[in-house]
Parts: sequence; C-alpha cells; structure tokens
Amino acid sequence: MDRQKAFQHKHFAHCESGVMSLMMTHHGLPLSEAMVFGLSSALMFAYIPFVKLGGMPLIAYRSRPKSIIRGLQKNLGIKMQMHTFSNPRKGMEKLDTLLQQGKIVGAQSSVFWLPYFPPEMRFHFNAHNLIIYGKEEDQYLISDPVFESSQRCPAKDLEKARFVRGMMAPKGLLYYPRHVPRHINYKNILPVVIRKNAKAMLKTPVPIAGIRGIRALAKSIAKLSTKNPRWAKLFLGHIVRMQEEIGTGGAGFRFIYASFLQESAAILDNQDLEDASRMMTAAGDQWREFALMAVKGIRRKRGEAIDFTDLQEKLNSVADAEAEVYHTLLDTKPA
Amino acid sequence: MDKKNVPQDNVSTYANNKKAMYATDSAGNYNVVASSGWKIEEEATMQAVHELERMARDAYSRVKHGEKSPLFFHMYNCRMDLQVLSESTGFFKWRIKRHFKPSIFRKLSDKILEHYGDTLGLSREELCTLPEQDMDKDNG
Repeated sequence: MDRQKAFQHKHFAHCESGVMSLMMTHHGLPLSEAMVFGLSSALMFAYIPFVKLGGMPLIAYRSRPKSIIRGLQKNLGIKMQMHTFSNPRKGMEKLDTLLQQGKIVGAQSSVFWLPYFPPEMRFHFNAHNLIIYGKEEDQYLISDPVFESSQRCPAKDLEKARFVRGMMAPKGLLYYPRHVPRHINYKNILPVVIRKNAKAMLKTPVPIAGIRGIRALAKSIAKLSTKNPRWAKLFLGHIVRMQEEIGTGGAGFRFIYASFLQESAAILDNQDLEDASRMMTAAGDQWREFALMAVKGIRRKRGEAIDFTDLQEKLNSVADAEAEVYHTLLDTKPA
Repeated sequence: MDKKNVPQDNVSTYANNKKAMYATDSAGNYNVVASSGWKIEEEATMQAVHELERMARDAYSRVKHGEKSPLFFHMYNCRMDLQVLSESTGFFKWRIKRHFKPSIFRKLSDKILEHYGDTLGLSREELCTLPEQDMDKDNG
C-alpha cells in the first residue's frame, strides 16, 4: 500500500536523523529532522582517547550510531523492524523482497565503498545511514540524506558497503517501521527528552563525556605543545574534521538542536526554550570559531609556534557556553 | 548560525555537492540552507587526504624496493591502516604484518589472497602487483 505513495527524497544535515525524519514522514507521522534529533536526546560530546580512528582518538558530537532509532522507539512508541545478516547474499535478497513489497528500507553502510560519494570524502566510516526506495535493473535507488538529490548505486557496490567488517560493522542492517503512532503527546514528551539530554551533558559519571569531555579535549590540546609538531597539526585537523565534516559535524549538531529547541518552544509556548535555542546557536557559532582557530594553527609553517593555550581557552569557553544552555534547560519549568 | 554566514566557498572536496545546514533568518527562525562548503573544513579534509596519500606513496616506494609486499601498499592506497585492515579482514595484526614480508606474501594460499582481494576491492592480480601509474594523484 506504500507503493501508491510516491517517495520523495529530501536533503538533510545528518544521516540517521534524516533517514528517520523521512521514514516517519513517509509513514504518516511528519517529524522534522530537528525534532527527530531532539526527541531521541541525540546531542552529545565524547572524547575517547583510547578508541582510535585512523590512529586518532574518537571524538563524537552526538550519541552513538543507532541511538536515534532506539531513542525514537523508546520515546515515541515507534516500533522498528531490524534485520542483520551474516550472509551477504541473504541480505541482498531480503532487501529485494522488501522493495518488492513496496517498502522503503533504511540501511546502514560504509561511506568508503559508496561510489557516489566524492573521492575526497570517502573514509572508512561504517555507520552511515541511507534509504533504499527502489531498484532498476542492477541499480538501487538511494535516498541518501546528506545529498541534495537521490542517488543510484550498483548492486555489487551496495553489497560491499553494507557488508564491510570492522568497527561499527553494519552487518547488512536493514530497518523499517512496523508501527508508527498517529499522534504524539508533545506536551509530555518534550520536557522529558530535553531534561534528559541536558543532564547527560552536565552530569556524566565519566570525565570524557559531556561538558567534561569538552574540557578533557581542551586539556589534551594544551598538551600538544610537547608533542611532535606534525602530529599536533594532524590532531587539530582531526578535531575539525570530526566536527565539521563527519556526518554534519559538531557545530552542525548544535544548530540542529537549537532548531529543535525553537520548534519545541513554539509547541509548548515557552519563551525559556526560545532563549535556550538562541544560546545554543551562539554555542554552535563558538564551535565554528574554534574550528577556524584550529585550522589557522595547521596553516603555520614549520618552526612557527601554534598557540595551544589559546585553543584550550577557546574550547573551555565553548564548554562554558554549552553548560549554560543546559543549566537554563534544567531550570526551565515546563509550561 | 546566521543564514548570511553559511559558507558558500564551493569547496573541491564536495565535488559540486551541497551540505544541508541549519541557519537562522533575519527573524531568528531556523531553516535548512544548502552550503557549497567551508574552506576551513576543506583544509582539514585535505590535510587528512594528503596524509593518506603520503603514506600510500611511501608504501609504494618501499614495495618497489622489495622491502614490503604489495599488500602493504594496497592497504594504504585503500585509505586503511593496520588496525582497519585487521578489523576488516578479521586477521590478527601480527599475521598481517607477516604478510607484509615479500617472501611470505609470495607463498600465501589462494584463499587468503582472495580474502584480502575482497576486502580491498581488488582482483588477485591487482593485489599481487603494484599499479604502474605514478603516485601523485589517483584514488577513487
């Protein structure tokens, strides 16, 4: 029955929230990307020095992959059907069957093996999300949220991308909703998810997540002055890439969350949330200023010193700005 | 971010693609704006790409001089390192390191070579040789 409804691709800032926004909207529950992101309390920060990506520590600006899908299930009562496969052939057959039933299917994939990604953007990141909505001969029709228009991908490339092994291996993950509620009680849910996210950022038990994680990263930056200058520059570049390029980047997530707060402010008719949204925008802007400073550091010629203390201070002030937003959100009385 | 500040630097790394960004209009309301890229992000991306290319070039010459097996080059050329190759093949790092030795690589079974080939997206022939082109550009 879904077949009658024409599928419409849309451009989003981030893959997982984009896929879920489009999928829910397609199934009759219009949810903006920002709403999806906020409702699953997906805003995060984590700096995990002992998990390495390409020799560099993991820096995340949002919650773990798949947590948006899980968060929506938990908070909205959406039920998703998920399939993973140990056998790639079975995983491709299942995909074809689902498409024949007229379903649009969410899938996890690697970025590196998707041929429509620009070569410069192809890194080994395995937790990308996209929607497959059809097949024409040997080509799958793909709605990749981070692209402006829909894409095509040859079957053998998609198979490779879905079945890479390694960190965050997708194992051919496919997903689609089994149950989508018609109505959402925003007045009840929004205050809960907002508080939950603010708490997660402020009151983490571990010193590498939330606001404490941002400060831990700031501290590591200060220590770069004693490290090999070439490595120090690569580290700075890595932070910026994790922030600006991967998915939508750290600053980008702050803007998405600010947009969510604005939407919530209108739904709940709550001026405090509107103010918090503006503060979050300012924090996002500060993240971008930090990126600019870091790249200016990278540009320094050999022998010219980089002012790491300056960068540390900037990052600490980003942490201050974000902490203030979360305190404001915790103080907000639901209308 | 203010709509006016959404970067439109037409960066090379996007290859004419655009990225959706959330930005506020003059009334402070959020909208999605398509960005053609920020040169600051481009610089960070290119730094990483150049680093990967540098490693592939180094590997190329070491393989050419017979110090390492072609696998060593193909790993870097595929933007991997030992950790990623180990995770994506399921082989232990020490085992892969052995396979970097030309004498040992030459004696590898078809099954192992095929597994490396599948992982790196190469035919057996490609895996066992160095491409002839010069290593300044490439990668796709």
